[in-house]
Parts: sequence; structure tokens; C-alpha cells
Amino acid sequence: MNKDYRFEHKHILGIEQLSAADIFYILDIAISFKEISNRPIKKVPTLKGKTIINFFFEPSTRTRLSFEIAAKRMSADTFNIAASTSSATKGESLIDTARNLQAMSPDIIIIRHGSSGSPGLLARHVDASIINAGDGTHEHPSQALLDTMTVREHKGKIEGLIIAIVGDIAHSRVAHSNILAFTKLGAKVRVAGPATFMPAMVESLGAQVCTSVAEAVSDADVIMALRIQKERQDDPLIPSLREYAQFYGINRALLEKHARPDALIMHPGPINRGVEMNPDVADGAGSVILEQVTNGVAVRMALLYLVMGQEGTE
Amino acid sequence: MTRAKTIILQNGRVLDPAADRDFIGEIWLQDGLIVPAQQKHPEDCISFDLQGKWIVPGLIDMHVHLREPGEEYKETVESGTRAAAAGGFTAVACMPNTRPVNDCASVTQLILEATAEKGSARVYPVGAISAGSKGTGLAEYGELKEAGVVAVTDDGLPVLDSQLMRRAMEYAGSHELLVISHSEEIALSRNGSMNEGVVSTRLGLRGIPVAAEAIMVYREIALAELTGQHTHIAHVSTAAATELIRQATARGVRLTAETTPHYFTLTEEAVADYNTNAKMNPPLRTEGDRMAIIKGLQDGTFDAIATDHAPHSVLEKELEFDRAANGIIGLETSLALSLALVRDGLIDAARLVELMSVAPARILKVTGGNLAEGNVADVTVVDPDREFVFTEGSILSKGKNSPFLDWTFQGKAVLTVMGSRITHNELS
Repeated sequence: MNKDYRFEHKHILGIEQLSAADIFYILDIAISFKEISNRPIKKVPTLKGKTIINFFFEPSTRTRLSFEIAAKRMSADTFNIAASTSSATKGESLIDTARNLQAMSPDIIIIRHGSSGSPGLLARHVDASIINAGDGTHEHPSQALLDTMTVREHKGKIEGLIIAIVGDIAHSRVAHSNILAFTKLGAKVRVAGPATFMPAMVESLGAQVCTSVAEAVSDADVIMALRIQKERQDDPLIPSLREYAQFYGINRALLEKHARPDALIMHPGPINRGVEMNPDVADGAGSVILEQVTNGVAVRMALLYLVMGQEGTE
Repeated sequence: MTRAKTIILQNGRVLDPAADRDFIGEIWLQDGLIVPAQQKHPEDCISFDLQGKWIVPGLIDMHVHLREPGEEYKETVESGTRAAAAGGFTAVACMPNTRPVNDCASVTQLILEATAEKGSARVYPVGAISAGSKGTGLAEYGELKEAGVVAVTDDGLPVLDSQLMRRAMEYAGSHELLVISHSEEIALSRNGSMNEGVVSTRLGLRGIPVAAEAIMVYREIALAELTGQHTHIAHVSTAAATELIRQATARGVRLTAETTPHYFTLTEEAVADYNTNAKMNPPLRTEGDRMAIIKGLQDGTFDAIATDHAPHSVLEKELEFDRAANGIIGLETSLALSLALVRDGLIDAARLVELMSVAPARILKVTGGNLAEGNVADVTVVDPDREFVFTEGSILSKGKNSPFLDWTFQGKAVLTVMGSRITHNELS
């Protein structure tokens, strides 16, 4: 690490704004924080007196809980607001709500929202640090950070690895952030799925498109399946989950035939077992799915610490 | 607002492409008409020395939203026509998607009364194609025409039912009304908030593909051929639609088309960091589309430049990108953006006047568009060198939703005269 390096982000809006040096720095801090979660007293005073608001416009169990545990292990005071986007429609705009929150002087607002770009909108209207916990079909940076952390722990590096991501790339903020993060760190990212799941000009993100799952997983160091959303009313993307599982699901037979035996198996959760991934894969050799969850807490502790550290140096 | 008996515009470059005239000289305006120059200046007159400036027929914007009645907090006939006059326009055609929709004589009359009372430009109301713009039955074109509409459209929405569009063209033809098409295949554009492509993928926004416009433009061409009726395609944004229009016009289909300054100036990159002031429908496209639009302006595929002036308040624009309203204001930047094409050598000054005055008058069959003696005294004086910064504070429209805020422009209307009435004056 260059000793002149300084982490200079007040907000974590997306992987797009982070450099490779930023990402490695976050991962280094996260690794140093990881052991806190293994102590009998899982608490450090680092963020004592800081106020952190979890502002979630979409249902979330694990991401919200992960951020809350991270904040509490750093001794911050945390508050959860679950706002439904529909109730926001009736009256207050996002900016009004943000200004009201600002009036209560939070230090960090963690936001999940169905509209792409909403964390940036919030950042322009409040003084608090904003952390994006998933915005629309845009980014989910903390997920990509915990994924790169998990891969780095297992493979010892990221550069030169082949990462295969299978599923609905177009509607997945996890895929978007992971493509950006892994390519910034020097890995090659392949994506696979039916064409209805590919965003326009997906190659522009830096990913290589594979026509079949078999092709995508061949020689891959990491195989990541994405959660399949139920069929959309207004947009017929796939005929059925049954057919999807048959042609794009990750199963043991596929892996034995095409994948490397040491390939890591990942999934951002929650898994539709038997659809995008079979239980024998999710629970089998090479699966690091639960480690992803564990690392999520460490990465989020690192993000909370770093955005506050930025404030402290101002 | 000054109203002198005679207004004398001297020593300017008179650009009158309708009569193929381009000379240094003078234009006299008297009692609302263009009159022959006389030897001696009359007593009750104002004269302007216009050295280095252009005297052109009053600009006509054939596609604006004035929001009155119903959304007066966004714009009114009064504020919208003041913005028009400041932008060099002496006339505008206003779209019917007001509240209520302009689908009957009483709404048309209300707009015309507001214009008579408070307008700073001529206002040509455009009526709805379908009752309530609901896309089912026809609106009453006969009554609308008698009340004063010059065309019909369901602008803001496409007419999805092809049979309804066919009947609209036929029935409008019987009442000598132009049909203007907002060409959009909703099934492809639904929930989209910008062009589908590299930027929409980067920003995680649902895209609107080029095909959404091209498919509907092709349908309109096919229906215009079927009915033989003159059809006008509004706000063309894509290379694909431009080419379809070029081919159709070449084989004699009675088709005219407009594009807007934003489509020949900006690309999808303007959305950059979720800038809702760069959100409109159809959306900003790619550099390839922008170049094709310019080519269409050069080769005559496009007849007119219109603004699609669409004022909104911060209530509709300071929102998450996918929830923000579509549309930008344009009346006060259109001339400057179009003059940039002239300065860049892409079109000449006469072509600019053709696109912004002559053709709109011809397409809408309204007065103006030329400087012939006996014609209405609608004249715009353009200073092609005048620099200005387009700041929010300088905007006369109630809407401040422009992607051109804080741009420095060269070229401005410095005097606007509508029927001998000076509606905008930066000269004295």
C-alpha cells in the first residue's frame, strides 16, 4: 500500500466511484475488523456517540441486519426506518424526508431504495455520509465488497481470476457492482443467462458474455448465481422458473462436467433452492455462501469506520 | 410593451428565404403589417439601427406546452408567451395535454381568451386527437376547428389504436386539420426513463429502445400512405426514424417532421449523474443519432425545429430519476442552440429561418413566415454575436428545468415584434 494513500470518500454510492486502491484498503480494514466478531465481547468503542440511520424503502432482512450489527459492534447508536415507497408517494418526497432526518443530525444514513441513483440524490441534500445499501438496478457496493473479500481470502488474490456470474444481470445491482469491482481488481468477469437477462451493451461494463452456463463456468475460479425474481407482469423475461432451472440453474452434474473442482460457489442470497442453484451445490464443496454473510458484517464495519474517519480528518 | 404607429428596422441583414431574399436594408412595420419603405420617416415612429444584426420573419415554435388550463403553477399563457417573445418567437402552437385536455371548443376558447388578454405571442391551440386523449373515440374536430385549433394530436401519449389513428387522419382531413403524431410504442418504452444503451446500463435505469420510436413512425407513414392525409411527426430523436421519414418523403408520402434543439445538441451522456433536467420523452440518444438528426436538418428531411417546451416545477423534477417528470423548457434557448449550427457551418442562416419560421407557418397554415409587404408585422431581430449566460434567474418561463443552465451562448433575439407590438426589446 502506497503510504501516501488516503481514503477520501465521504459517501459510498457505488463501486463506480472507488479505485482499486480504495477497494483493497476497505478489504484490508475489513479483515482487521473481522476478529471482533469472534470475541466474547463483540464490541469496540470506535463509533461511540455516532448516530446511524438505516433507511430502507425496500424489504430487506440480511443487509439491514448486517449493517445494524456492524454499527452496534462499533458502539454506534442505530435507528431503523422502514418506509414504503408507496407511502412516500402520498406526501413527502425523498428530499423532504432527507431534510427532516438531517434536522436530527445523523452521522451516517444507510439507504436502500427502489430507484437507481437515489443515494446520490440524498447525498446532495444532507450533510450525513450516505452508504448505498442497494439502489434499484444500479449498485449494491457493500455486497460486491464482501464478495471480493471472500474470494480474496480463499484465493489469496483477485488479479487474473475468472469470475462467472449467472442469472438476471440486467435487473441485478449485485451483478453490476460485482462486475465493476472484480474487473477493477484485475479479474475477468463472464456473465451468462438468457438474452432477456442481459442489459443493453453489457460488454460496456467490462464483462464478457457467454452463450451458455457451461461455457461460463469452464475454468472459472468463482461461480456466482443470482437470485431469480418471480416473473414480471409487464415484461416476459423467461417462460417459467422450471425451464430456467433446467437451462441456467447451477447443479452438481453441470459443475462436475464443466467446472474446476476448486471453484468457489457464491450466491448473494436469499437462494431459490432448485431454481438458480440446487441444494447440493449451495451446501456442497466449494460453497462459501455463509462466509459471504460473515464477511458482510466486517466489510460494513469497515465502511462505517472509513466514512467517519473521513469526517474526522476534515 | 410599446406600440408606435410605425416601426422602422434599418441597416440590418434582411433574411427572407420565403422570397429568396438576403440583403442589407430596411423593413417598415405599420398598423400590424409590413409596409413599403418610404422616403421620409413619419412623425410617430421608432427606428432601430440594426447594423450587424439579422431581420427575420418572426420565429414560430410549433410544439410547446403552456400548461394552461390546469397546471398554471408550471406555466401560463402569459408566462409561456413572455418566454417565447424573449426567445424570438412571435407565435407558438400549444399542445392539448392540459387539464382538462383541449378536446373541445370551450378549452380552446379559454386559451385564446388568455392569449388576447395577456399573451406576448400568437398562440395556435392544438386540439386532441381523441376525446380526453384517452385513445378511444375521436374528439370533435369540426367544433375544435371553428374554435381556432390548427391541428390535432394526443401529444404526450401515442395513439395506440391504429384504426383510431387512421380515422383521425381521415376525419381531420375532412376538416382541413393537420394530424401531429407523438410516435412511441408504449409496450417497448413502458417504465423506461432514458435511452437504452451504455449509459442506461451504467446507471441501472430502464431504457427506451430506438425501436419504440421507429416502429410508430413507420406505422404513421403507412397510415399517411393509406389515407393520403398530411401527417406531421413530432420531436424525432433517432437516426432510425429520420431515415424512415427521409425514404417516405422521397416516395411522395405527405409527411412533415420536426426535431428539437436538444436532440441535435445533447446525447444520453447529459443524463450523466441522474440529471432529471436531461430527462425527456423521447429521450436523448447517442452521438450517432445526434449526427443523423443534424444531417436530416441539412438535407430537408426535417421541415422544422420545434422546442417541445415542457415546463415543470421542482415538485416534478427534484425526485428520484425514474419518478421525475419528462420534459425540458426550450423557448429561451432554441434560437441560440440553432444558431450554433449556423456558426459551425452545418446549416446556413436562410435554412435556419426556413426551419424556425417559414416551414412552421406553412405546415400549420398560419400567418407569418415571410417579410412580404402586406404580411403581418411579425419580425424578429437576431444579434448573431450577442453573448449571454443562460442563468436560472434570467429565465422568464415558470419552469427552470433546462439541461442548458449556466451555458454561455452566442446569438440572441434582441427585438421581437408581433403585429407591430414590441414584445421583447434588448436594443433600447
